[in-house]
Amino acid sequence: MSTITRATLAERIYAEVGLSRNESASLLETVLERIAAELEAGKSVKISGFGTFSVRQKGRRVGRNPKTGIEVAILPRSVLVFRPSQVLKARVNGQTGDMSELGDDD
Amino acid sequence: MTRSELIAELVAANPHLQGRDVELIVSTVFDEISGALARGERVELRGFGAFTVKKRDARTGRNPRTGESVSVEEKVVPFFKAGKELRERINLGGQSRARRPARPSAARLTLLPD
Repeated sequence: MSTITRATLAERIYAEVGLSRNESASLLETVLERIAAELEAGKSVKISGFGTFSVRQKGRRVGRNPKTGIEVAILPRSVLVFRPSQVLKARVNGQTGDMSELGDDD
Repeated sequence: MTRSELIAELVAANPHLQGRDVELIVSTVFDEISGALARGERVELRGFGAFTVKKRDARTGRNPRTGESVSVEEKVVPFFKAGKELRERINLGGQSRARRPARPSAARLTLLPD
């Protein structure tokens, strides 16, 4: 199974848009950085037809070190959650992603 | 932020590009990720995160409204795991917003049994 990386995506931008390879790579980085900055500010990012990235607050809880069995406090933290859109869910299951078969996108 | 807001910001930051080129860049990125997942491939963007698909076994579900049993077929679902750098950025962002102390107070720690 092959893995897609930044290089693959930058190459696609180069082929589709006709910018230089350098600029294609730099714009891909800008897209990812804008999404990361928005999430860092605690806001969610909704990409229609793809999915929604959002930040969820987790409360303080008592965990346990699985090796020693010693209880430790797990501090409140923020975690990222990705919720795929109906279109993406249908697409990975080999369906067309036609909205009429599926109901609302969220 | 929505897809169109993202495009608008990229257009503003890159005045030398045409709006439709920026739209094409954004749709190419997400379309390529979607296509890879549809082929069962993994998308790994270091520092940002990794998109994968996970298999879900067939199960017997219930219609919550009628209580009727329905069989749910085996399927795959898209999954995203944030990379270390992004995970840390998000967590630090959250702590400064809530002005949380770096460590819990001694009083709270004593509440824990040994």
